[in-house]
Amino acid sequence: MSTSTSTIEAFANQEYKYGFVTDVEVDAAPRGLNEDIIRLISAKKKEPAFMLEWRLKAYRHWARLQQTDAEPKWANISYPPIDYQDIVYYSAPKPKKALKSLDEVDPEVRRTFEKLGIPLEEQKRFSGVAVDAVFDSVSVATTFKGKLAELGIIFCSFSEAVQNHPDLVRKYLGSVVPYTDNFFAALNAAVFSDGSFCYIPKGVRCPMELSTYFRINAADTGQFERTLIVAEEGAYVSYLEGCTAPIRDSNQLHAAVVELVAHDDAHIKYSTIQNWYPGDKEGKGGIYNFVTKRGKCVGRNSHISWTQVETGSAITWKYPSCILQGDNSVGEFYSVALTNNYQQADTGTKMIHIGKNTKSTIVSKGISAGHGQNTYRGMVKIQKGARGARNYTQCDSLLIGEKCGAHTFPYIEVKNATARMEHEASTSKIGEDQIFYCNQRGISKEDAVSLIVGGFCRQVFKELPMEFAVEAQKLLSVSLEGSVG
Amino acid sequence: MGEKDTMLEIKNLHAKINGREILKGLDLTIRTGEVHSIMGPNGSGKSTLAQVLAGRESYEVTAGEVLYRGKNLLEMSPEERACEGVFLAFQYPVEIPGVNNTYFLKAAVNAVRKYRGQEELDAMDFLALMRSKMKLLDMDEGLLNRSVNEGFSGGEKKRNEIFHMAVLQPALAILDETDSGLDIDAMKIVANGVNALRSPDRAMLVVTHYQRLLNYIVPDFVHVLVDGRIVRSGGKDLALELEAQGYAGIEGEAAQLAKV
Repeated sequence: MSTSTSTIEAFANQEYKYGFVTDVEVDAAPRGLNEDIIRLISAKKKEPAFMLEWRLKAYRHWARLQQTDAEPKWANISYPPIDYQDIVYYSAPKPKKALKSLDEVDPEVRRTFEKLGIPLEEQKRFSGVAVDAVFDSVSVATTFKGKLAELGIIFCSFSEAVQNHPDLVRKYLGSVVPYTDNFFAALNAAVFSDGSFCYIPKGVRCPMELSTYFRINAADTGQFERTLIVAEEGAYVSYLEGCTAPIRDSNQLHAAVVELVAHDDAHIKYSTIQNWYPGDKEGKGGIYNFVTKRGKCVGRNSHISWTQVETGSAITWKYPSCILQGDNSVGEFYSVALTNNYQQADTGTKMIHIGKNTKSTIVSKGISAGHGQNTYRGMVKIQKGARGARNYTQCDSLLIGEKCGAHTFPYIEVKNATARMEHEASTSKIGEDQIFYCNQRGISKEDAVSLIVGGFCRQVFKELPMEFAVEAQKLLSVSLEGSVG
Repeated sequence: MGEKDTMLEIKNLHAKINGREILKGLDLTIRTGEVHSIMGPNGSGKSTLAQVLAGRESYEVTAGEVLYRGKNLLEMSPEERACEGVFLAFQYPVEIPGVNNTYFLKAAVNAVRKYRGQEELDAMDFLALMRSKMKLLDMDEGLLNRSVNEGFSGGEKKRNEIFHMAVLQPALAILDETDSGLDIDAMKIVANGVNALRSPDRAMLVVTHYQRLLNYIVPDFVHVLVDGRIVRSGGKDLALELEAQGYAGIEGEAAQLAKV
């Protein structure tokens, strides 16, 4: 067997190291979904009436969609039908009492986050990062809240935002991703239990990275979180989310919604390092990651940038998008998606140009190894009024081994003749000659592959906040380990 | 020439690729401190020899043995050979997009150091090492910050190979057609670099089609490879003789030899 096949084939088999389970007492809803469950969730969270109403509307919409079999089927992924009545929609670690400070977090939960490298003590964190930690359905701790509040920045769990800032929630919830948007967005709107909320007031530059760490722990539980970030005029924020889950034989559903709103001259940078449990080598288990993420550049000169490194999940269905409504607004999407073993990913972006002189950049890097199937799906739409719009798209695929696949589906719709569009695409394999060249300089096969893959992804990694760029590179090496031998 | 250690000993080496035999019983001994040149017509097996010595897996060794400093070279993986001090300057250096040349060399140097039980170099020490070697080859610092060989001109690629060699300080350097695609100025620069690396502790095997490189890198021994075997060996004058007569005469001799 030639080096590239044999080398490359063994490269995928490192155990998922975040796969442990935490033993905590939970307060969970019974399996299944109906209006009573929605009411239960809303009551548990002591929500105001407008929230319950919104949830119920979303639920009824979803129930109608489900009857007409409207779960999206167009993506290049395949999975057995999901039984939505066999999922637990609410699970929370049982609080001993109301938490007054971070020190009162259940020690088991605290240890979980420590094992994941996310200590909840503020002094132990990177000094430049504030964290909201979400365990199953609820946010368990948010660090550096006080320091941020001095600047008028609100960074808290979604539940707290509903209690303490209902007007803001009411104004923006569903304004970018309405519950009617799609099947999973409707489901999320009905049952979402927590997530992060972030508000940056006018003219404030958030001095630290804000970060949410999502952890699914309980079995047969869906995680449905919702994140809402609003940047007022001239505000800036860089936000990062990370995710892991225990190893379980059954598939678990994760259907999140993220909404971003950028007003005049505001800049939101949203980075994701997604490392949900991907399933085992035979493709058993793993997270179904069906996520709707969208940002709206409402104001002039606003700027939204998505950066994602997707290495986990059995199936990823995700298209972080930008609606470029304000004149001169800018949307960016930088993505690395890796599929190994039997993972499937159908991911990409939508850039909707509405305002004049709007600009978008798409850089997508897909890596397939093992039996992985990796699809880029992107839409660039230039509306009639979008004079002088520009888009640059670059879509590169890297294949490792003989049994994986890379697919590209770009959609381009231009209704204004002044638009300038560029699209570049490439597909390459890690060459035997590249690996041999590295070997000849003393570098081992595994290190050669991670070096070559790192080079392939460099354009995207340089968009990540520095601390996380290193983490992303490591994660990629680990996820590929064993696919070369 | 006094008694010197044997660096490389090749005995009756046979190798094939895609079922076709290319090396058909090659013998060659190289002692420490010597510079040998292998010359020969296209298709005679020069590059195959270089690739086999470096451990390319697509070539299958079917018979013979190769001892490198007394160890069985053919049993080692390509990276072990590199860590043991075997270096190949590629005829066609490979591009690795997105991987910074300096970063790549640092990974290489530290892999070798680790193998030898030495402490890895930190960024500062490594930079100092790079700077000292850059002068040797008249390297533009810009090349160090570009991706490995990506978008390099032919001359830049070859110079970069010699630069890698200067940084890695191998015991046995194999230069595969290092002169191909170079104009005379570029060839001089590369040759100067190679000459600067000649040392009593190091042996070199210079593979070339043309004699002209040997005006600048003057070998101690010249061997003529025809149809997978060394048919003549001599001093540096043999190269000049070949230049005057071409390979045709020797090929005729070789054919006769094969009949006998």
